Amino acid sequence: MTDQDDTQALAEQVGAAHGARQALRIVGRDSKAFYGHRVDARTLDVSTHRGIVSYEPTELVMTVRAGTPISEIESALAENGQMLAFEAPMFGGDASIGGAIASGLGGPRRPWGGAPRDLLLGSRLLDGRGRVMRFGGEVMKNVAGYDLSRLMAGAHGTLGVLLDVSVKVLPAPKVERSLVLHMPRDRAIRRMRELARQPAPLSGACHTGEHLHIRLSGNASSVAAWEKQIGGDTGEGADFWRNLRNHGLPFFASDRPLWRLSVAPATPRLDCEHEVLTDWAGAQRWVYTRCSGNEIRHEVAKAGGHAILFRHGNDEIPVFHPLDPVRERLHRGLKQRFDPDGILNPGRMYPTI
Amino acid sequence: MMQKISESALDERRERLAGRLRTVVDGPHVLGTRQELAPYECDGLAAYRVVPLLVVLPGSIDEVQAVLRICNEERIPVVARGAGTGLSGGALPNEHGILLSLARLNRILAIDPDNSSARVQPGVRNLAISEAARPHGLYYAPDPSSQIACSIGGNVAENAGGVHCLKYGLTVNNLLAVELVTIEGDRITLGGSGLDGPGYDLLALATGSEGMLGVVVEVTVKLLPIPQRAQVALAAFDKVETAGQAVADIIAAGILPAGLEMMDNPSLRAAEDFVHAGYPTDAAAILLCEVDGGNEEVSEDIAKVRKRLLDSGAIEVRTADDDSERARFWAGRKAAFPAVGRISPDYYCMDGTIPRKHLPRVLGEIADYSRESGLRVANVFHAGDGNLHPLILYDANNPGELELAEEVGGRILELCVEVGGTITGEHGVGLEKINQMCAQFPPEELQMFHDVKAVFDEHGLLNPGKAIPTLNRCAEFGAMHVKAGDLRFPHLERF
Repeated sequence: MTDQDDTQALAEQVGAAHGARQALRIVGRDSKAFYGHRVDARTLDVSTHRGIVSYEPTELVMTVRAGTPISEIESALAENGQMLAFEAPMFGGDASIGGAIASGLGGPRRPWGGAPRDLLLGSRLLDGRGRVMRFGGEVMKNVAGYDLSRLMAGAHGTLGVLLDVSVKVLPAPKVERSLVLHMPRDRAIRRMRELARQPAPLSGACHTGEHLHIRLSGNASSVAAWEKQIGGDTGEGADFWRNLRNHGLPFFASDRPLWRLSVAPATPRLDCEHEVLTDWAGAQRWVYTRCSGNEIRHEVAKAGGHAILFRHGNDEIPVFHPLDPVRERLHRGLKQRFDPDGILNPGRMYPTI
Repeated sequence: MMQKISESALDERRERLAGRLRTVVDGPHVLGTRQELAPYECDGLAAYRVVPLLVVLPGSIDEVQAVLRICNEERIPVVARGAGTGLSGGALPNEHGILLSLARLNRILAIDPDNSSARVQPGVRNLAISEAARPHGLYYAPDPSSQIACSIGGNVAENAGGVHCLKYGLTVNNLLAVELVTIEGDRITLGGSGLDGPGYDLLALATGSEGMLGVVVEVTVKLLPIPQRAQVALAAFDKVETAGQAVADIIAAGILPAGLEMMDNPSLRAAEDFVHAGYPTDAAAILLCEVDGGNEEVSEDIAKVRKRLLDSGAIEVRTADDDSERARFWAGRKAAFPAVGRISPDYYCMDGTIPRKHLPRVLGEIADYSRESGLRVANVFHAGDGNLHPLILYDANNPGELELAEEVGGRILELCVEVGGTITGEHGVGLEKINQMCAQFPPEELQMFHDVKAVFDEHGLLNPGKAIPTLNRCAEFGAMHVKAGDLRFPHLERF
């Protein structure tokens, strides 16, 4: 595949769909087709709109077309000792940067390295009329106008078709070490929270089965000092974190409904967490449950969090946590302004947007 | 548009509205006399002054909701105000509206070390959060220069930065949740107790929205472990270009400094004369590079920084021997604005951000503008994140100089936009830079901003006339100036 700027063709397709009031399903590499409600609509393929538009390592910024595969971006960064700190999950081998931003998902490094929304500095997009718009920029600090660029992260393409994104990139750690300690979950959560409060070079903290997995990233001396203090053995090393990031661990090899809970990290075990993998030092929990959708959502909401039916749901249970009436109205209002005819990924997140 | 109305009609309206607001907020907290209103007529940008209809200081979220319901019903404009330290006129009152001060909501509600978070009311001072968290070994990272006085609610409204943004991010990167009251008086939660919230990222949208979308009534911030140690290097250069290259070389070495600041010769000389920080006054530019982290890590990194600076052509590199020397290195940088204020009757402070690689060109053109106009310009630069503060020196008593300074300022901001940057990196648009917004955004994008505003605030009652220019206004162009003599809160560090 070669680098190609498809802005014009994509704008024409969206413009035509707007004129015909025809819905579009926005697709990069389609690696997250399972995520969100099904959109029965014509495909808008952005995968050919690809290539790195600009990358200067000393600026710590890369501008890249939305269809560019994450793997390509990561190898360009690695050549310069840098990384995409949100560790975009790649389900099924690869993903596009557009989809990674639009889904808003972060990998194991997220609590320390940031989410897509934290690293997104600017974006060029097509609104629902096919007009090219640009929000944010290529600089770290920018407070001119509302941050409509960050609003795109996690909006699942329902507010605009991402064309190019500018992301902050960071130096890759010089040394990375994995540690595994045998301990039950309750104790593991307490240990993760203790560590998170100390100036340890953490870049991963996950509990699954009977084991706490810790990843340390930084320079050699600092990592070595904390490695000694924390103890444990090295386990599967980097493979574990790659499989956690891409849902390649045995825990994820099930076709039962998989829930993603986002809660305050120290939250003790919830009743509905029947089988659980705890990531992000406690803040993200992957759960198989015998509770009903309403039960688990009620319990999570009581803890101040929200629950997503990430995978293997049915159409009866909403994928994304329902919104209260005021926020629902704001969502509908925003959708209406960006995409007045509701042609961009309609229904993927919520029925009315 | 509001009609110009007579004093007596205004007084009558004031009386009637005060009576209604006193049914929901304790009488003494609704201010309406000239004397009571005077302290609120401007924020940190003292060149603009407007007396509001009333000042209301609610004591609870319920009261904020009740006040907003009344204002919405009566179509009364509402301008929210935290500590009033903002530099762009964001909290400038509206003469037909109320000024809603959040100053009484000043309690730290919870420091939660287990979840590395703090839940606070909007009137809590930025620095007070770190002070309360310190016993747990934690702190709140964003550190705007006014942090001893500015409030967290205002920080959210402005997406405040600081000198540590490159490594630790802006306000938006350090929030977990915000409770917002809409103009209808509804209370909503943006974000959540975890690292993300349901639906669209309204937390990111509200952060930096300058009080245009809702009123922040509670904030949950992320706390970070206090680094074991920090160390700073001071490097002198005989060319500004060499200093710019040294910044790139440090980043290329894989170091992410906690702070990376540059001053050019006019600003470093002014600072040295003022606070005697020990800066080499013959240098064309100096760099301050701070690294933080674990003990061994800092020792390694500072050695690496030192070597890079010398390899890049620094004529001298000093590292602080102890915390007091480190504080002295920083003192000059932190006093740069008042120092420049001592050498010129007035100055105009710009806040553009540029991709760092364009620094030599931008500084070169600023020098050209300076030569052509005859006005001196001193530059201080958050070099790590590209945020440039050119200070244009002028004397408002000389006829035409103010207009000339405005013209130079406008050209500098247009240049920032031209090289791919922005007109404001951290001070906000407010009223001050509203005209320059026209240079940065085409009409369709400005219209989208107005559309988004209308989703939250249909009748345009929240902070009307700020942040986003009307398309008509973009036909005009201009800017107002900070008069050094009028700078509010002169005791605050400004950088």
